[in-house]
Amino acid sequence: MEILMSFVIGFLFMAAVYLMLSRSLLRIIIGTAVLSHGAHLLLLTMGGFGGDAPPVLQHGETSYVDPLPQALILTAIVISFGVTAFFLVLAYRSYQELETDNMNLLRGIDEDD
Amino acid sequence: MEFVFILFIPMILAMIIPIFYKKIPGIHTGWVVLIAPVVLFIYYCTYVPSISVGQTFTSQFNWIPSLDIAVVSYLDGLSLLFSLLITGIGTLVVFYSIFYLDRTREKLHLFYVYLLLFMTAMLGVVQSDHMITLYMFWELTSISSFLLIGYWYKRERSRYGALKSMMITVFGGLMMFAAFLMLAEIGGTYSIRELIANANGMIESQLYLWALFLLLLGAFTKSAQFPFYIWLPDAMEAPTPVSAYLHSATMVKAGLYLVARFTPIFAFSEYWVWTVTSVGLFTMLWASFFAVKQTDLKGILAFSTVSQLGLIMSLLGAASFAFHVENPAETIFKYAAFAAIFHLINHATFKGSLFMVAGIIDHEAGTRDIRKLGGLMSVMPISFTIAFIGTFSMAGIPPFNGFLSKEMFLTSILSIQEFSSFSMNQYFYLFLAIAWIGSIFTFVYSMYFVFHTFIGKRHQDLLPKQPHEAPIGMLIAPAILAVLVVVIFFIPNIIGDTFIKPAVIAIQPFLYTSPEEVPIHVAAWHGFKMEFWLTVGVIAIGFILFKLIPKWRRVYELVPDSVSLNAMYNLIMAFFETGVNKISSSYMRGSIRHYLHYMFYGFIVLVIGTLFLTNAFVLDITKLSPIHLYEVILILVLFAGTLTILLAKSRLTSIIALGAVGYTVALFFVIFKAPDLALTQLVIETVSVALFLLAFYHLPKLNRHEKRIRFRIHNAIVAFGVGVTVTLVALAAQSQKFVSSISSYYKETVYKEAGGENMVNVILVDYRGFDTLFEIAVLAIASLGIIGMIKLRLTKKKGEKPVENK
Repeated sequence: MEILMSFVIGFLFMAAVYLMLSRSLLRIIIGTAVLSHGAHLLLLTMGGFGGDAPPVLQHGETSYVDPLPQALILTAIVISFGVTAFFLVLAYRSYQELETDNMNLLRGIDEDD
Repeated sequence: MEFVFILFIPMILAMIIPIFYKKIPGIHTGWVVLIAPVVLFIYYCTYVPSISVGQTFTSQFNWIPSLDIAVVSYLDGLSLLFSLLITGIGTLVVFYSIFYLDRTREKLHLFYVYLLLFMTAMLGVVQSDHMITLYMFWELTSISSFLLIGYWYKRERSRYGALKSMMITVFGGLMMFAAFLMLAEIGGTYSIRELIANANGMIESQLYLWALFLLLLGAFTKSAQFPFYIWLPDAMEAPTPVSAYLHSATMVKAGLYLVARFTPIFAFSEYWVWTVTSVGLFTMLWASFFAVKQTDLKGILAFSTVSQLGLIMSLLGAASFAFHVENPAETIFKYAAFAAIFHLINHATFKGSLFMVAGIIDHEAGTRDIRKLGGLMSVMPISFTIAFIGTFSMAGIPPFNGFLSKEMFLTSILSIQEFSSFSMNQYFYLFLAIAWIGSIFTFVYSMYFVFHTFIGKRHQDLLPKQPHEAPIGMLIAPAILAVLVVVIFFIPNIIGDTFIKPAVIAIQPFLYTSPEEVPIHVAAWHGFKMEFWLTVGVIAIGFILFKLIPKWRRVYELVPDSVSLNAMYNLIMAFFETGVNKISSSYMRGSIRHYLHYMFYGFIVLVIGTLFLTNAFVLDITKLSPIHLYEVILILVLFAGTLTILLAKSRLTSIIALGAVGYTVALFFVIFKAPDLALTQLVIETVSVALFLLAFYHLPKLNRHEKRIRFRIHNAIVAFGVGVTVTLVALAAQSQKFVSSISSYYKETVYKEAGGENMVNVILVDYRGFDTLFEIAVLAIASLGIIGMIKLRLTKKKGEKPVENK
């Protein structure tokens, strides 16, 4: 299972990178969202899939799934959500102000150099 | 009081000079400044009797004791001689500047602050025994010289000259600093005296040669040797007192001082002897040849300075031959070090006076262009006398002091013939020829300088002013120097015994132990020997060449300006300015895609390289968990969703597909037994997709043509590479778990210690509560940022194009 998941994660990363290299700002943000999915799954996979029960104390159960990666992922999900929301509004505002979402047209003005 | 603090008197005076200038505008500030060099000169004179019999003095101020850095002032023959030159000529130059610079029109406080800073720096250079502080003072001379050259900063040429001298001398200074660090590494001490004391073993070190050449770079750049002399002619844009002081008598001799001071360390190497001698001789020939080309009086003097510095440099090189012969005190090499120091003094006297005369002519006739000058002898008789004495001394004609040192120079060069162990004989005639031809051209430009200025027809129409004799105050300083020129000729042995012999022991400490042992007696006449005939030849051929100047001057036009060393310097500077700009703009294209490419390529190369170069990639398939059918189905759904994002034509489809991917990830969390993650993921994915849709819906309708992502093979390769890299890392990491998880602790204590049953939640708020605190902070900041972006619209005003905001 871990090997299969490694390939899935690789595929998610590949898709994310491909999206981030595109010209449209919205697609870049979609790319970052896909990238964070890949990272979360990578965290979970590296923690290992051993254990029979979810990490909530149950009577008589001894083999639990590792709780630490889950706590880390939970933190990461919230943070990436905050950042994604911020990016989206940033993209929205820049689209409003600059009237384009084409990354090739979003360049500094030469006098700023 | 420790006399090391005496060094800083000019610097301290420099701090209060601006107050004098502002508070007492009626008096020329120079009179106050004059105190410093006069006091210092008298003070250093009190050391003359004891030092002339071979005593030395040290005084130390511990600056950074923990790093073993101290300001050590060491007075021996060499440093005392330089200190007297610096303060003595300094006195005359300040005195001259009082009459040269106008009290009402010039910013005098700046001038004198820079000059006093320079004086401290120069005294520090010649007295420092500690290499780090020597370097510090060395750079301070470069900086104060930069400020002085750029004194008239509104002139383009001044700024160019200042920058050029700064670039070249600071380059050399840094090289010298590296040499110092190497020397300290080899010798285990920063003290020059201690280095000299155990100099014998140092030659075996691998760093020795590096230190040697780097130190010479420092000395050659500062002393304007070939090919680094190019800054000196451009430094002539400085006020004339500065040219007289810095660029003839003191700063340019710092390099000579450095060579003389380090001779006992490096002269054991043949490279040192050869480099110093041949660079010096070649500089002498080159600069004396090009001096005749100049049309500006100060230009001639600048090239002449370069040439004379080359002469002294070659003498120092010849003096270090003495380290390679059996019994040097018996041979004729003994002359070279003496001659070098002697000529150094002589050059300071006559060149200082000549610069001052050039300043007087500039002041009184309004131009320094030699083509416009002529026939000034009748109107400026005193200046003419001074110039006459100076130039004839420079040319090496009796009864002036330049004659004596020029004779000794020829003697030293002739003495190289005796030197057989270096297979010298085939080079000897070359050396002699260079020295002789150099002397001839020295004669020619000296005559050119004095006769084209003072003799001949006066071109009154070309002169901006009606020339007349300078005020007496301006003439005093050059007159004193001119008197010295003559006096030294008649009493060379008194000068030799008091000043030069103690300096010679500093250069050749292994040969003599006390000044009395130096077996030299200067004589103006030593028979019909080779030197005599060479001098006769110099004067005869020089006179013919001088008469024929108009005929052969066209030689200079054969070499166009575009292949000169100056042109090369300009090219190098232009290359660094435009070339480096081109290089950086070739990869800084301003497109985020390029930068992402660089980053991803860096990531791929570094990670895959590390994985395979260190044999870190291992695949272990023994500890894997089993694969279930529903997992495979979820994986397929995930694939489908991701592919849809990639291939969708409409962005709306992409957003929905992204939602699908997110929900699939939530389902993964379910089957991997992470209930809290699944809940959070579901909620957050819903909100995210809503946000995406909101942003998408509110986008203005302009140029929103729905297009598929254009396929670019380059992007695909990068993306594929990143995917492969991440997969490889995941596989390798999965296969090599060395330490068991610390989670067993959480599992055992979650109820006992923390009183909770949900392990993830207890970790989040109890074991690792700090993470959660700052994650809350992240959310708060993000929401505040979003509000800020939406609400605050400072830049948008009516009628203004929003794109233009900066």
